[in-house]
Amino acid sequence: MPVTTIAGADVTVDEEGFMTEYDEWSEDIATELASNIGIELGETHWQVIKFLREDYKEQGETPMLRRVSNVGGVSTKELFQLFPKKPAKKMSYVAGVPKPHGCV
Amino acid sequence: MTTAKEAPSIIPDFGEEETDRKICFIASKGTLDMVYPSLVMANAALMEGVETHIFFTFWGMDIITKKHMEDLQFTWLGNTAMHPPGKKMHMPQGLAGLPGMTGMATKMMKKQIADLDVPEVPEFVRMIADAGGHLWACKMSVDMMGLAKEDMIDEVEDVITATDFIELSDGGQVIFT
Repeated sequence: MPVTTIAGADVTVDEEGFMTEYDEWSEDIATELASNIGIELGETHWQVIKFLREDYKEQGETPMLRRVSNVGGVSTKELFQLFPKKPAKKMSYVAGVPKPHGCV
Repeated sequence: MTTAKEAPSIIPDFGEEETDRKICFIASKGTLDMVYPSLVMANAALMEGVETHIFFTFWGMDIITKKHMEDLQFTWLGNTAMHPPGKKMHMPQGLAGLPGMTGMATKMMKKQIADLDVPEVPEFVRMIADAGGHLWACKMSVDMMGLAKEDMIDEVEDVITATDFIELSDGGQVIFT
């Protein structure tokens, strides 16, 4: 796995650039990852990111959009506004968790 | 010895350059097992940032009709591929025709779908609309079934003709389900 420097820290990523080590993540890293893909993080972004990280830790897998909206409390519409075009992939990239694997 | 960690920052390619990909589904069936293919694929297309349309026609109208969308049914009558999960046996066709069997089969299938954390049809359709999917009702079906716009969910953008659909699907991929 390649190691890259993000926000001054060594970070392990896969060949696509997704972080592979849950514990290497920090808020500074998230801010830089988001800016890499043109997103400036606001309050609701952080709510989503924190939900993703907590849920991943508890469930062992990245939640799909439906769960983020039903359990995490941010609607599908909002998620598409916060992380345009590809919300599921983009939010997991910023939150430092794997891409979700479910179909729905 | 020094180790040089000079790996350039890797940024995933989210396909930011505007894609002109467009997918148009034609949903023509109203049996529970046959409505999921277009809904699942439409949802996946939206997650990938692809412009997505669903044209509901004939029995597919039930998917967007308030009165029916919560009550789609499944039967294995005429479906020889129906076998109990994990078993190398087929369900006798004649059994499917007995009273109560459709209700039972529907209940079982709904449970299997729910176990996968996949939403029921009404929630799924609204989720697709929220994600920016375009829902269209077929004019001929609407006329044939004597439906009005109020009979359908608000998320349906318009009632359009076959010709309108051919126009709007120009340049897109069309999938009939």
